[in-house]
Order: sequence, then structure tokens, then C-alpha cells
Amino acid sequence: MAEALLNMLDPGAIVLGVKASSDKEVIRILAARLEALGYVKPSYGDAVVAREAALPTGLPLGGANNVAVPHTDPEHVIKPGLALATLAQPVLFSNMEDADEKLPVSIVFVMALNDKDKQVEMLQEIAGTIQSPEVIAALIAANSVEDVLGLLG
Amino acid sequence: MAKQKTVLFACGTGIATSTVVAHAVEEALKDRGIRITTRQCKATEVAGQIDDVDLVVSTTQLPKDLGKPVITTLAFLTGIGKADALDKIEAALRD
Repeated sequence: MAEALLNMLDPGAIVLGVKASSDKEVIRILAARLEALGYVKPSYGDAVVAREAALPTGLPLGGANNVAVPHTDPEHVIKPGLALATLAQPVLFSNMEDADEKLPVSIVFVMALNDKDKQVEMLQEIAGTIQSPEVIAALIAANSVEDVLGLLG
Repeated sequence: MAKQKTVLFACGTGIATSTVVAHAVEEALKDRGIRITTRQCKATEVAGQIDDVDLVVSTTQLPKDLGKPVITTLAFLTGIGKADALDKIEAALRD
């Protein structure tokens, strides 16, 4: 279904059932994975947290399970990559459209972007994926990285 | 047919999100028989870019009273309320 997304998503950067108490904590967990895998520089995590505070990325899907797509400027990125977390309990992110509105988010895609074309493709693939309520529900229920890869493949 | 209208697409950084939304809107309007010229910018740059545009479509909050119609929507990213958002865009462009 979303094969292009699968090509960008590093299995080592998929973390399921994350127990986190804030958007910052989730971002830092995924940023650390991306850094360990060689996608981003050590400055990346702080930069994503700062950008999320200024330009939030929560996307409302009309229910209790919403999505966020934190990212930051290309200078913190070594090569394009994507990390995914599903959360044991939703964490509040601000709505991209209205920063005053907090959304309970259950799925977080942290994007490492330094190439304009890849960036557009990645976001387009994520948008395509999150527009399917079935995929969202299955992602939240996924118990293993294999489940996730099977779901997106 | 009237002159092709220009729509300015805005997002936080004026790159990824606005490109995705611009493509989606351009294609969907083509299906409705409407061709538009698209341009993109950062949310903070809209005020300086607005003179020759007919409509602004943004995924993030913009300053008020820009003097042009503004539609703020995430429908083209999330799929929620897409038809409704397209109706609003179409109505704004037909004025």
C-alpha cells in the first residue's frame, strides 16, 4: 500500500507501545534512534523539540487517535529517514492548525529531511497512510515491527 | 472563462506541507474543471506575498485581516473534511 513509506521507515527506528508523558519525550526517543542509526546530527533532537513548540505538527483525525509529524531544518539532518512511535497512552501535541488546541496523539512520525523532493514525497506518503482509519487502528494495535512492516508493505 | 486565479499556499516553513496541499488542491480542482496558479510561502511571509493572489490556503494560523480570503485547513493532509474544504475553496475562487 504505502511502499514508498516503507522504504523511508527504518525498522530500527520503529518503537511500539512507548510510555511517554509529553510530546518532548516522544520526540527525544525517536530522535535518539535516528541519531544512533546515522540519519541525524546530535543537534537534531533539541531542534525538533524547539520547532514543535513554535510550529506544532499535530494532525487531527477526528477521533481519539491523532497523529503528529515533528521535524526540523535540514542542517540537523545527515540523510533522509523516518521514525515511528506508537504510544501506550496518548500524549498531547498542539494542533498544526490551531496551536491553542491540544490533541491526544497515539502515532508519531518523526521526519528527518534535508532534500526538498524527498520531503514532499515523505509527507505525501504519511498523509496517504493516515487517511485510512483501518491503517491507523492497525498501527496502534501492532505488537511487533513485523506487524508494522506488513501493514505498510 | 475568467482569468486563472492564483492561490497562495502557506505552512510553517513554506516547503513540504504547502507543497503536498498545493498538489492535492490543484488536482482536485482540475477534476472540478478549475485551473489555478499555485504559489507557496511561509506563514510569516503571507502578508508580503498577498497582493496578487485571489485566495490563501494555509495549514497553520495566519495573522487576521490580511485583506484576502483565507481558508485554514488540514483536510488535504488528514483527509477529514476534504470535500467540504474543496467546496469552500471553489466558492472563494468563483467570487
